[in-house]
Amino acid sequence: MSTATTPEIRLRPNANPQRQHIPLSRLAPLILMVGPAILWLLIFVAAPLVYVFVISFLKKGTYGGVVASFNFENYLRIFDPLYLNIFLVSILIALATTALCLIIGYPFAYIIARASSRNKNILLTLIMLPFWTNSLIRTYGWIMLLRTNGTFNTILQSAHLISQPLQMLYTTGAVMVGMVYTLFPFMVLPLYSSIEKLDHSLLEAANDLGAKPGRAFLRVTLPLTAPGIFAGCIQVFIPTLGYFFISDLLGGGNSVLVGNLIKNQFLAARDWPFGAALSILLIVFTIILIRLYNHFGGRIENITS
Amino acid sequence: MIKKHNKLTKLLTMVFLTLIYIFLYLPIVVIIFFSFNTSKLNIVFQGFTLQWYGVMLQNTGLMSSLKNTVIVAISTVVISVIIGTLAAIGMYRYEFKGKGIVDSFLYIPIVIPEIVMGISLLAFYHILNLSLGLLTLIIAHVTFAMPFVVVTVRSRIAGYDMSVEEAAMDLGATRLHTLLRVTLPIIAPGILSGAMLALTLSLDDVIVSFFTTGIDSVTLPIYIFNKVKTGVSPDVNALITVIIIVTLLILLLMRTYEAKSQRKGRI
Amino acid sequence: MAPMSEKVMVELHNVDKSFGENKVVKNLNLRIREGEFLTMLGPSGCGKTTTLRMIAGFEDVTTGTIMIEGENVVNKPPYRRNVNTVFQSYALFPHMNVFDNIAFGLTEKKVNKQEIRQRVTEMLSLVQMEGYEQRMPSQMSGGQKQRVAIARALVNRPKVLLLDEPLGALDLKLRKQMQVELKHLQRKLGITFIYVTHDQEESLTMSDRIAVMNNGILEQIGSPDQIYNQPATKFVADFIGESNILEAAVEIADGANLKVVFETGYAVVKATGFTKDEAVYISVRPEKLKCAAAAVPGFNLKGVVKEHIYVGSIIKTIIELPDGQELIMSSLTGTPLIPPGETVWVYWEKEDTVILHANEERIYNLSEQVPKIEVRA
Repeated sequence: MSTATTPEIRLRPNANPQRQHIPLSRLAPLILMVGPAILWLLIFVAAPLVYVFVISFLKKGTYGGVVASFNFENYLRIFDPLYLNIFLVSILIALATTALCLIIGYPFAYIIARASSRNKNILLTLIMLPFWTNSLIRTYGWIMLLRTNGTFNTILQSAHLISQPLQMLYTTGAVMVGMVYTLFPFMVLPLYSSIEKLDHSLLEAANDLGAKPGRAFLRVTLPLTAPGIFAGCIQVFIPTLGYFFISDLLGGGNSVLVGNLIKNQFLAARDWPFGAALSILLIVFTIILIRLYNHFGGRIENITS
Repeated sequence: MIKKHNKLTKLLTMVFLTLIYIFLYLPIVVIIFFSFNTSKLNIVFQGFTLQWYGVMLQNTGLMSSLKNTVIVAISTVVISVIIGTLAAIGMYRYEFKGKGIVDSFLYIPIVIPEIVMGISLLAFYHILNLSLGLLTLIIAHVTFAMPFVVVTVRSRIAGYDMSVEEAAMDLGATRLHTLLRVTLPIIAPGILSGAMLALTLSLDDVIVSFFTTGIDSVTLPIYIFNKVKTGVSPDVNALITVIIIVTLLILLLMRTYEAKSQRKGRI
Repeated sequence: MAPMSEKVMVELHNVDKSFGENKVVKNLNLRIREGEFLTMLGPSGCGKTTTLRMIAGFEDVTTGTIMIEGENVVNKPPYRRNVNTVFQSYALFPHMNVFDNIAFGLTEKKVNKQEIRQRVTEMLSLVQMEGYEQRMPSQMSGGQKQRVAIARALVNRPKVLLLDEPLGALDLKLRKQMQVELKHLQRKLGITFIYVTHDQEESLTMSDRIAVMNNGILEQIGSPDQIYNQPATKFVADFIGESNILEAAVEIADGANLKVVFETGYAVVKATGFTKDEAVYISVRPEKLKCAAAAVPGFNLKGVVKEHIYVGSIIKTIIELPDGQELIMSSLTGTPLIPPGETVWVYWEKEDTVILHANEERIYNLSEQVPKIEVRA
């Protein structure tokens, strides 16, 4: 048994009484070490989520808050055409954002992964650098660029390309730009790591076996980097549904996404039960996507939202 | 022919990369650029000035949001690193029943949408009668940062040879001495990268903060969020510029430290 | 050069160890005397490392006692046991230089600085690593790390040094060299060495006694000569060196002579203590196996030469018996070879036979297991 390097913590039911305190004393360091984290997660993750689940079946109080009255109404309300439409638009925007990130991100990640190790480090650092600045601050930067009298319009006007400023801010296009911009690294990093792991000799083998570069890409590179693609897509798709501040700031009132809807239920409309039901739906949606990802051989460790 | 083809590919690659990096840096460059603008309207560049760097110090709302951001970030780093590192070491070292459950539990805050975490904490604080403020903000930040610390530290100590701990005890060191003289110094770089991640996450957060902050505990991003509709003055740009420079310096220090510890063979 | 005394240094008494349902050490009894070089040999998973770790204190015993110098240590943590360990992975502290690594145990004991300096220097010269004080572990080769690991353990002047496959990670040439050095070191210091390895050759070269373990059971304990020439079990015969093992049944048990029949022949060998119709194993070393063009008196075992394999200075001849079993016969290069395809009669000297009971529980008498060891210069 040369592999047993960790002391085993397991209370043996049939251990004789004289030995019983030994596992307990060995259990103490474990409890001291892992206990606080577990306790924290139970109180501030599990309990709040359970509470949200519970209030999703309750009724809104007259002045906000919740009234205990069990019903499914909040879930049924989601099928109201008004809300269904918001869901549809949100999903379309999220899909478009994901697709754009993937289309731009894949060649980008590929170039970085195939760069020399010195260049690779520089290029990677350069992607991460902007993300050390808060995403809201960077969104504010986009406002400065896009607004009617902003940088883009000023430049275009002084170049006499346009006479009237273009309406760029407060459009769905602006929201898309903001989303792609904010979530781009979440697509690039998993793609990069899956492409980097790809054994280059496999491509050489494919070429050797008669596959032209295009075919080799389709038959070797793409399937082998699929987990990275899927991880990247989840990490872009799910947050897009919830990033209300981007649609708030760049879309004005024109784009209401699921995130904005949830936010409004909790802050403006004070209809917590409905907001809770929407949140539960978002969680279910997330779980389904992650399950799918796991099903296709992805590892949960590679997903961060 | 082939050479020509290669040259073209290289050129296209360069153009593509350049465009992407312009896209990534444009908003930041604009913010920095306008921090030197004489115009208060922050729209057209009129002339160079450093006055906003003085003005920002007088802006009490802005300064208190900065102070709150720093307080929250430091508290988050300290708490999540202590709890997270202990958990990471414990989970790496011991096999116990329910480890798998704890493991998947850790991933909940990592994978659920931030907005859900935000509203669930808001609702939870409400039933606890906790009024929103720095405390609720710090708790929220620790909640999303700590699992990342656990995961980071654990992956960094995965290559750590546990037999050095046995060696220390074999040579007469008690459990405490082993932790202080051997374990912690060796995994220090792993803990540091966990700390940096916690710091980044705390500084970068908008959504969870949005739901868990009170009127008196507004952080910098929330301050800007509230001001955007009425107009942000250039002193905010000045502050952001200062923050970016400080961040760059921290990153540079980190890199140097990492390179040094790699030479020393730590993890 | 400390003479080997009669004093028992480490004693394991009825030691059992299980991980959950999995019993990895079963009723182990062992006495190791002061100044002895004992090797625990066996395949991976046989329980040898676990036994070593129980002596060091890294694992609890499930039941049984471990005595070090007559004191039961099962409830003592590793840092209160006067034994030190050399780990397979060296386990040098990566953040400390060579000096601090070796000084670690002494600083824990709060030995004064001057003495630490002196003792560390002494140890470095003992392991021939003078001048390496400031080196970091990452800047050293495997062999150098191993020397430091040994120095780090020995500087504490332990009564017993435990070595867990310490040479496992080194290349063959360095391993051979270190084997000799370790053996000399042990002789010089007179410390009890308990050495774990799965390399039977290593154990034969270095040990005073070898304890062969398999499946958590002590199969045999004895001097290298006893283990090699008088294996007590089929496992030992098979594990140590190469053996031709034939299943057989006793047909005639007549005093010292025993006629055993195989699937495809018979042999008359010398042995006592066997009964008629008993199932036995006959084990013969390849270098003892011979063959002739015609049957030799007392043997009737026919085979066909299949092929010759050159292994350095010896040639291995594979002989296939009619039932398909292959025997290996080794001879020195230069001996005339029988061409493949020829039929030969296999035989060996009667006294070169090892005959083992096939179905018998082995019972060890503890007193028998500690034979006198001569003091060698």
